[in-house]
Amino acid sequence: MRITCPICGERDRREFHYQGAAVALDRPAPDAGAESWDDYLHNRENPAGPTRELWHHEAGCGAWLVVTRDTVTHEMQGSELASALQEADS
Amino acid sequence: MRFSGLRVLKEGLTGNKGWRPHWRDPEPKPAYDMIIIGGGGHGLATAYYLAREHGLTNIAVLEKGYIGGGNVGRNTTIVRANYFLPGNSEFYSHSLKLWEGLEQELNYNVMHSQRGLINLFHSDGQRDAFARRGNAMINQGDDAELLDRDGVRRHLPYLDFDNARFPVYGGLYHPRGGTARHDAVAWGYARGADERGVDLIQNCEVTGINIEAGSVTGVQTSRGAINARKVGVVVAGRSGQVAEMAGLRLPIESHVLQAFVTEGLKPCIDHVVSFGMGHFYISQSDKGGLVFGGDLDFYASYAQRGNMPMLEHVMEAGMTLMPMIGKARVLRSWGGIMDMTPDGSPIIDKAPVEGLYLNCGWCYGGFKAVPGSGYSFAHLMATDRPHEPAAKFRLDRFRTGRALMDEEGTGSQHNLH
Repeated sequence: MRITCPICGERDRREFHYQGAAVALDRPAPDAGAESWDDYLHNRENPAGPTRELWHHEAGCGAWLVVTRDTVTHEMQGSELASALQEADS
Repeated sequence: MRFSGLRVLKEGLTGNKGWRPHWRDPEPKPAYDMIIIGGGGHGLATAYYLAREHGLTNIAVLEKGYIGGGNVGRNTTIVRANYFLPGNSEFYSHSLKLWEGLEQELNYNVMHSQRGLINLFHSDGQRDAFARRGNAMINQGDDAELLDRDGVRRHLPYLDFDNARFPVYGGLYHPRGGTARHDAVAWGYARGADERGVDLIQNCEVTGINIEAGSVTGVQTSRGAINARKVGVVVAGRSGQVAEMAGLRLPIESHVLQAFVTEGLKPCIDHVVSFGMGHFYISQSDKGGLVFGGDLDFYASYAQRGNMPMLEHVMEAGMTLMPMIGKARVLRSWGGIMDMTPDGSPIIDKAPVEGLYLNCGWCYGGFKAVPGSGYSFAHLMATDRPHEPAAKFRLDRFRTGRALMDEEGTGSQHNLH
């Protein structure tokens, strides 16, 4: 499995740490209520198919990536810098 | 059809022409009292105990593939009760007791072999932690013995005791731990449920769950609609997809766990040995193959196969611990899909939809739980009250933070177990 880092190019999976579903980018407001926080921390879509997830290029440039990957085939379908996505949102 | 020594002898002398299929292949009826989604070990055991303990037999088990074709046939067959935390401790203790009577009860040879399990430790701190775990096991009524280095050497003379990074300090010995033949567990429960009247319906994939006014009324399947007022979801690995049919999101992420087997060898590894520091464990099957595995690949997956980095890691750990296995040739590797919960412990509870019951989140430890899980889930479905040994496997523990069961002490968060 190889992941394309927008900064470093295609690299071995060993260079990356898997953080999980990309929900971390949708952090609820501090006063959003217990239910929103429970949902954010614990409950997952857990799709069989394309999913968006956070990977950290920890043994490379240190960037956080949002990777689109198929959980059934392990096919990599694209990756973006998490920071660029957040800037686009704000 | 019952098995006995006499029967085997008679069949042997008459050309083995008297054996019959172990279960029927019925057409689904339009309605049942209860439906169990998932014909794996846990689902079959649930159906068996519903019939055996509660006299409920108007039940269908719906399996999208074939009996024994999922995780119950993909695990590394280890049976043990060496848990530490309240909740897990009493549950696995109960499950192990059921294992110990299982072959007689089912009249089925599941090849349950209590060959002993040894968890190795490699530092003073780990020794303290294992002594404490052993005490917890003894307090629960199970067996544990703390072995020093010489004690381990008597059992496992072939380890690299003086490894530079992980010298063996000792081990926690659990004599009643061991292995069982996983397919036979599925087949034994399947036959036991079938002969009590449960319909085992294979090649029947559930595609939807019918809910009216907040209550379950049945399911849609690839073989038509089937009605029931109570539906149990027992599909670990795929729990997220099936729960979604009922509009639920679960605290579960599916991950792949790999396992490996070598060519058949003469008997050399008599126990189940686990090397936690290397994320490696091993036993030898009755056919002679060394069956071993390691940790998750650590990314969400439904592929039932893993990647090379974990394969390499597992091989390295094996060679670190027991260099003698280095010349054995690996025949196969495969992967199973694990329902991973934030705290690494399972869920047996009612869903927030009337008539829907959840049995999921078994992480990488579901096989040894099969009898206990089936027993407790049958109790929950039949009586609508939790069965005491499984009462702490609550769905809401993540929301409340109460009674989390994080055996590894790493935190209740996804991707830490």
